[in-house]
Amino acid sequence: MKFSLEWLKYFLDTDAGVADIAAALNRIGHEVEGIEDPAEKLEGFRVAKVLTAAKHPDADKLQVLTVDTGEGDPLQVVCGAPNARAGMKGVLGLPGAVVPANGMELRRSAIRGVESNGMMCSVRELELGEEHDGIIELPEDAPVGQTFAEYHDASPIFDVAITPNRPDCMGVEGIARDLAAAGLGTFKPVEASAIETSGPCPIEIRTDDPEGCPAFYGRVVRGVDNTKPSPEWMQRRLIAAGQRPISALVDATNYLMLAFGRPAHVYDLAKLSGAVVARRARNGETVEALNEKTYTLDDTMTVIADDNGVHDIAGIMGGEHSGATQGTTDVLLEIAYFNPERIGVTGRKLGLASDARTRFERGVDPEYLDDGLAILTSLITKTCGGEPTEVVRAGTPPTEALKIEFDPDLTERLGGLAVPQDEQRAILTSLDFEVSDDWTVTCPPRRHDIEGPADLVEEVVRIHGIDEVESTPLPRRPGVALPTATPLQQAERKLRRAAAARGLNEAITWSFLPTAEAEHFADGAQLWVLDNPISEDMKAMRPSLIPGLLSAAKRNADRGSDGARLFEIGRRYFRGANGASDEKPTLGVVLSGEKTARGWSNGKGAKFDAYDAKAEAVALLESAGAPVGNLMVMGEAGEQFHPGQSATLRLGPKNVLARFGALHPNTLKAFDIDGPVVAVEIFLDAIPAKKGGGGFARATYAPPALQDVTRDFAFLVPAELPAGDLVKAVRGADKKAIVDARVFDVFAGQGVPEGHKSVAVEVVLRPGEKTFTDEEIKAISDKIVANAAKQGAELRG
Amino acid sequence: MTDLATMRESALTRIEEAQDAAALESLRVELLGKQGSISGLMKTLGKMSPEERQSEAPKIQGLRSDVADAIAAKKDALDAAELERRLASETLDLTLPEPQSPKGSVHPVSQVMDELAEIFADLGFSVATGPEIEDDWHNFTALNMAETHPARAMHDTFYFPDVDSEGRRMLLRTHTSPVQIRSMVKQGAPIRIIAPGRVYRSDSDATHTPMFHQVEGLVIDKDINLGHLKWTLETFLKAFFERDDIVLRLRPSYFPFTEPSVEVDVGWQDVNGRRVLGGDGDAPGHGWMELLGSGMVNRRVIEFAGLDPDEWQGFAFGVGVDRLAMLKYGMDDLRAFFDGDQRWLDHYGFSPFDQPTLSAGVGASA
Repeated sequence: MKFSLEWLKYFLDTDAGVADIAAALNRIGHEVEGIEDPAEKLEGFRVAKVLTAAKHPDADKLQVLTVDTGEGDPLQVVCGAPNARAGMKGVLGLPGAVVPANGMELRRSAIRGVESNGMMCSVRELELGEEHDGIIELPEDAPVGQTFAEYHDASPIFDVAITPNRPDCMGVEGIARDLAAAGLGTFKPVEASAIETSGPCPIEIRTDDPEGCPAFYGRVVRGVDNTKPSPEWMQRRLIAAGQRPISALVDATNYLMLAFGRPAHVYDLAKLSGAVVARRARNGETVEALNEKTYTLDDTMTVIADDNGVHDIAGIMGGEHSGATQGTTDVLLEIAYFNPERIGVTGRKLGLASDARTRFERGVDPEYLDDGLAILTSLITKTCGGEPTEVVRAGTPPTEALKIEFDPDLTERLGGLAVPQDEQRAILTSLDFEVSDDWTVTCPPRRHDIEGPADLVEEVVRIHGIDEVESTPLPRRPGVALPTATPLQQAERKLRRAAAARGLNEAITWSFLPTAEAEHFADGAQLWVLDNPISEDMKAMRPSLIPGLLSAAKRNADRGSDGARLFEIGRRYFRGANGASDEKPTLGVVLSGEKTARGWSNGKGAKFDAYDAKAEAVALLESAGAPVGNLMVMGEAGEQFHPGQSATLRLGPKNVLARFGALHPNTLKAFDIDGPVVAVEIFLDAIPAKKGGGGFARATYAPPALQDVTRDFAFLVPAELPAGDLVKAVRGADKKAIVDARVFDVFAGQGVPEGHKSVAVEVVLRPGEKTFTDEEIKAISDKIVANAAKQGAELRG
Repeated sequence: MTDLATMRESALTRIEEAQDAAALESLRVELLGKQGSISGLMKTLGKMSPEERQSEAPKIQGLRSDVADAIAAKKDALDAAELERRLASETLDLTLPEPQSPKGSVHPVSQVMDELAEIFADLGFSVATGPEIEDDWHNFTALNMAETHPARAMHDTFYFPDVDSEGRRMLLRTHTSPVQIRSMVKQGAPIRIIAPGRVYRSDSDATHTPMFHQVEGLVIDKDINLGHLKWTLETFLKAFFERDDIVLRLRPSYFPFTEPSVEVDVGWQDVNGRRVLGGDGDAPGHGWMELLGSGMVNRRVIEFAGLDPDEWQGFAFGVGVDRLAMLKYGMDDLRAFFDGDQRWLDHYGFSPFDQPTLSAGVGASA
């Protein structure tokens, strides 16, 4: 919220400078987001009067103005604003001035052939607000030739972020009260003066929805003149707050809101018929609001309506058809108290934000109906004249004050600050709390944020100075800190660094994917799909880490990178019990492009293949503590993979620890990336916990007493027999003596019969106490050959 | 000059002049072989008288051993020359590049999370986790944001159409704070945890991404007050940035789940155009940077988590992990964190051997 120093001083008697006030605001919880000194950026802009306005000879939407700048001859200025007209006063930027909103330096120039010596400016161009429908219109009494900075009073403007719990500070008066409590001066509350009334209010006012609108006060003012602009001092303050002056009536309500935090509404009495009632909307009822949009309402929403229909979405936005216009003469002023929660629900349902909603939904001062109405009435009658009627009061606002039994020692127990009791009492009193001798604290009803003793501690601490809290060490257990990481955290850390040590780069990709990509990897799982994604590319929660990495690999390829070796450790999102999610910790790897670049020693570069994926899968599983010696290589990696070049690694037939392999050409096509690309996915939750008591001592070291013996066997086997099956059969021949069996040659072609391949296996035999005799070795060899034969293998001669 | 002397001179000269191993071998056969000339001389000894043999034998044997030595020496010389020739032919151009092995890296977010875990472990905090797909009770209600609370709307929440079996709307957590609730419900009190992880807001511009990382801290015990919060944050930041001159500025603020609520600014200074944390933010050329949100846990939150707020109290804080990484390691674009650009990962990623430890300082130097 923005306000000028001059405005603040209307409520606060202080000698403090801008810097001191800003520091105090920050100190007490009103964060200063910016301070502008308009004098600096308004250099070169001055108050000017439009003497004549004629159509531009060559452009329909432009006018050629002659403008009196207060010195020398009038200047010719080309202007595109629809509201530029002879006789008006506005703000002229002279050549050399820099437009605050866009940094453009003004120059003498020709616009469609007509010389222009400056620019008449809009509110937005001068960064005084958002308005850009036309140029600024200054009151008649604005002195021509005065620098606009001076005219504008060049009062520094504070931009302060008011936290949502402090609607009482969404008006300058509330901020002044807080600053006074913090010792920045004396608070000067504005008393509502008594209004001289002329008879009873001529129309009936009711609330038929006491829950949504507990109180609805109103009065009529007859014979107002809304053709006059609001007074200059008010316009200046509104502009400082970023609010464009509109008309005397509208400005008065805006001023009430910005100065006192109190939204109100003005109806044109001529547009109303019958009783004006706060009631629930009917389902399907519509209203065209002041923003010229039509809203369809339902029966959870409170509205203000008459016999003809809805005139106001209560507490959020008035209706287009009953608002005050230039020709309005009789008005109904509304000041009401709306249920904050209901305002919030209605606002969210309609997707409609407004300054009024912001305040009502956080809670306005329920005690400020009569005073607010009196101030509004006098603001209006001072400018527009008119005769106010008596006030009609429908319902009563919830003004019952909260009483809290407060223990002043809590300030130290919770806040860590020892503040003397009399200071605590003084602070609370200065904030309008009543403190009894026995520390029963009565809260001002405007302070909706105060719910209990902790809130009073906050008040005391923030006004005393929260930054004065002394650091107090947390108690710590004696000795060295205990380890805290869980087994999964430890596994993830090891895996991450193992993968990086193997030359992979850790990436972090979005948890959400385009739905099509997620479906491609869903394998039948029901995806989590967002209701309100930020874009269609970020809609479905990933069922796999591969698509995100694949897209990253593609981006790398598109940038001309030779290849990518990416991994990520993160979650896959599935459906869990009771409608909750089941988020599975996973490691994904994607290897794309060149495995090795072309080089002087080997000529051509090499691409990745499924064995590279297998190497990563096995090595990383081992780092994560999986018993890789017992892994089974099985199929069913998933349809995203090349059916003949992919596999799963399992412990037992059901427990899949990882899948790996070359990706299916259809997958690559879907991601528009050149192959081959290989990928690995390791399912961390499937890795069994390490057995054993977690001791540190390793098993006793017992190197074999005698040297190993190796024997080679070359088998002729059916082409489709997996080498792994043959090796398993070989190892099974003598589980004690055979400590290793390793394929060292696979060959098909010349000399090998059609439909067969030759597989050569090196078998390592470890003797026990004594060296093997020839007979023993022969017996083992025979058993190996016999076992292999069961797999269809034949020893080559 | 005797015949023997002539023979010796001739033999030694020829040995010396032998060009290669083959020539030397044929010379050896010619001189020392069974039919060789020196072997022939040896045979004459048998026919000599004892007196003659006594005077001739040493001369002939001397000749034989000198020649044999000369042949051996020449052989060594020829072998050495041959080896030298061979090695000269085996010269490699070692200016050619060696085989390359790819260099992997650890993402800065992971690195910083490891650093946080290390620092907070020393302060007695363990690392807790919770689901990223949350229900609105854990994400909002239990954190004192009732359905109608305006702060809910300020969270830019991603929603799913689904509700759980208790009718709670499912959403992507907007902060790591629901882990507070889950941890208190599960572990009770006292408790000291940090909860790092992914969080989501439907917000995207130069400084916001729809997914980012936060770390939550929570301490619940009997006598914990704001002073402990201040000390904890100070101690953490000093350890994290490895600077003793970290200065905090506490400002009152508002979060529904804490009361009192405190925004924490950290003083920074301009070092060659970069904002570096450290020093008093009020000093000339310095400033304050808003870094953490924190406060004393609201009684209602403690109640929602099933604990007695008259018995237990404590503090909580939250800070952006990506932001900490950027401040410490100098990245300036958050969006690049989630792009997987190999060049960025090479540039900002960490060696696997930069495992943070307290003894070496948790940070990895540039």
